Amino acid sequence: MDVTPGGAVRHHTLSVLVENRPGVLARVANLFSRRGYNIFSLAVAPTEDERLSRLTIVVDVESSPLEQIVKQLDKLVNVVQITELDPRDSVERELLLATVQADPDTRGQVLELTQIFEGRILAVSHELLTVSLEGHPTKVDDFEQLLRPFGIVELQRTGRVALARLDRDGDSRLRSVSGRAS
Amino acid sequence: MEMNGAQALIKALEMEGVEVMFGLPGGAILPVYDPILDSPIRHILVRHEQGAGHMAEGYAHATGRPGVAMVTSGPGATNIVTPICDAYMDSVPMVVITGQVGTSSIGTDAFQECDTTGITRSITKHNELITRAEDIPRVVREAFHIATTGRPGPVLIDVPKDIVDPKHPHSKLDWYWPSDDEVAAGLPGYHPVTTGDPTAIRRAAELILRSERPVIYAGGGILKARAADALRELAELTGIHVVTTLMARGAFPDDHELCLGMPGMHGNYTAVTAMQRADLLVALGARFDDRVTGKVDAFAPGAKIVHVDVDPAELGKVRRPDVGIAGDCRLVIEELVEALRELAAHGVEAPDRRPWRSTISGWQERFPLSYEPPVEGDALKPQMVLEHLRESVPEDTILCSGVGQHQMWASQYWRFRHPYTWVNSGGLGTMGFSVPAAIGAKVGRPDRMVWAVDGDGCFQMTAQELVTATAERIPVKVAILNNAYLGMVRQWQEMFYDERYSEVYLSPDLPDYVKWAEAMGCVGLRVESPEEIQPAIDKANEIDDRPVVVEFRTDSREKVFPMVAAGQSNDSIQVPPHQADATHRTGEGGR
Ligand SMILES: Cc1ncc(C[n+]2csc(CCOP(=O)(O)OP(=O)(O)O)c2C)c(N)n1
Ligand SMILES: [Mg+2]
Repeated sequence: MDVTPGGAVRHHTLSVLVENRPGVLARVANLFSRRGYNIFSLAVAPTEDERLSRLTIVVDVESSPLEQIVKQLDKLVNVVQITELDPRDSVERELLLATVQADPDTRGQVLELTQIFEGRILAVSHELLTVSLEGHPTKVDDFEQLLRPFGIVELQRTGRVALARLDRDGDSRLRSVSGRAS
Repeated sequence: MEMNGAQALIKALEMEGVEVMFGLPGGAILPVYDPILDSPIRHILVRHEQGAGHMAEGYAHATGRPGVAMVTSGPGATNIVTPICDAYMDSVPMVVITGQVGTSSIGTDAFQECDTTGITRSITKHNELITRAEDIPRVVREAFHIATTGRPGPVLIDVPKDIVDPKHPHSKLDWYWPSDDEVAAGLPGYHPVTTGDPTAIRRAAELILRSERPVIYAGGGILKARAADALRELAELTGIHVVTTLMARGAFPDDHELCLGMPGMHGNYTAVTAMQRADLLVALGARFDDRVTGKVDAFAPGAKIVHVDVDPAELGKVRRPDVGIAGDCRLVIEELVEALRELAAHGVEAPDRRPWRSTISGWQERFPLSYEPPVEGDALKPQMVLEHLRESVPEDTILCSGVGQHQMWASQYWRFRHPYTWVNSGGLGTMGFSVPAAIGAKVGRPDRMVWAVDGDGCFQMTAQELVTATAERIPVKVAILNNAYLGMVRQWQEMFYDERYSEVYLSPDLPDYVKWAEAMGCVGLRVESPEEIQPAIDKANEIDDRPVVVEFRTDSREKVFPMVAAGQSNDSIQVPPHQADATHRTGEGGR
């Protein structure tokens, strides 16, 4: 959950199970653009059930209230279930790949930073390093920030993926918001 | 049983109980037209695919059954986009079948290829490109299920040519018909709501019994849910007044003592003002459209809101309800009536609403719908034409309209006594809707008289469908209110653009509507003076073997009142000048 300076929650993570059919992603994307909702990030992949795919959508709720976004999404016939993932009750991960300027003067610092963050070096050339980092999105944010001063040549982040945290005492705080649509 | 995709498609329509479809063939859909020759389904050949779509809508409005249209790929599909969007905005159940190029040509910019599912994605409740012949029965079954349940709407099925072409091996399939369970299993994400939450219904009943100035705000959802009887029971049980939106005209009888008529931008003074002053609005199948609310922040400022809708996304979309109930309007109203009876049995009584009732009747007396009678020698007053027509037709006549001033006058001056007697384009406001919609309505209800009230501008957009009506012997009647202008736009230019009239003049006699009607095989009549009104209407009513077009030359200066200017608060409603003056003289303040 990202918080604006005023303290209001700006980003929410929705985990959306959809039927694994052609055009479903287009339907979801189309709904967001047609209704003026903003997507902050979107990740799509098949699930354990071959009939379903999971979209992890981080939505910007400053543009419109989460409730409307969820209800409109739920009206899509191919959307099977929507769960709002509360960061306190979910595990979230993101992967970053970055190619960074690393001449002999700064190379050591980039390597050190990558080690501190437990990232990996994927490729090396005379002037450049390609590094990767997998972790919680805020950690990935921090890493990106600290890399910036060295000069990022190329950057790719996957967007957030998330699952509900396993629940020890059976009292799930997961909010399944998908209901019944028409 | 082995068959080809085209046969399966037509058979699936027969299984769905389709009795009539509207369409026009072309290359990609050609194979499907062949088995139509052997089917009991009546196919009505239109002159433009937009006509097919609006006919399907008119049929659905009048009968409650889904309208079916079939067109070819590319231009056929794009020509029906407007009616699809119209049906989407007004929640009209409709199934549209479009041809598509063969599966192996998709994506190659083949002749008459267009991305039909892409184009219609945001204006259909659902759409589907079928890629295998064996999916045809299932997809058709699902399409009808989706179009007619929950919040109804248009569903489009895009059918590539190879899977329906008997000459192509792709078109072979073994016929089957999916069961209800199989349909449900095939749609794991589709669960329309039905019954409302009992606790919420109970809270709604309590709010109703606590309110001093309640108003029922009935929308088109009442008609979709076939809830007109339930609505009447609720109103009579509670003694609460009812406004019927443009989409709900006929859902509650206009001659009922509790009926306040239409609210909104051109609603009548009492309907608009009662909502503004209410302490409770019971919104049933209504969606707080901007044409009803005016400036949202200033809409019904003192009212608590009970909102019932089958589409959960409508609850809180525009105005946050105090009690929101997602459910089928008929079922929820019936439960609500039960809850109210139970509370009454426990001695809970509504407060004294006599002051509210007398306030309402005061408004009704002071600001009835009215217009200034014509001065000798002036052109006809459109309202007067409508009053004559209203008094000359059976009370269950189906009235269709186009979009513009004539639509507002038709809605205002008609006396609707039965549900499903008003067919119009509300949400999209589609000029050209009325002629084809009237044809579709008449096909669905051949026992009823069907009149279309059209504008001269609208008529010119889809009039060619009268050729279809003549050819198919569908005796609709059309009253053109010919004011020689795109009148509604003219009204805005007069009121808000300093009378600078830009591109709104159409001419009274170009085209010659009588000759045009005759050329299309209709009877054409022209009415220029008040004495001619009644004889022309009588003559039109007697003709039952072909369509009739009556052109009324009406006053181009006439404006629709009352009016709330776009984006303004409903408190700033303008009554017609002659009422405003009277108010001024008596010093009552025309709020
Ligand atoms: C397809 C379409 N184009 C434009 C408009 C904008 N528009 C709304 S009412 C109107 C004028 C309609 O003229 P006419 O049919 O003569 O009706 P009148 O208002 O004169 O009664 C126009 C152009 C529309 N609603 N639909
Ligand atoms: Mg006109």
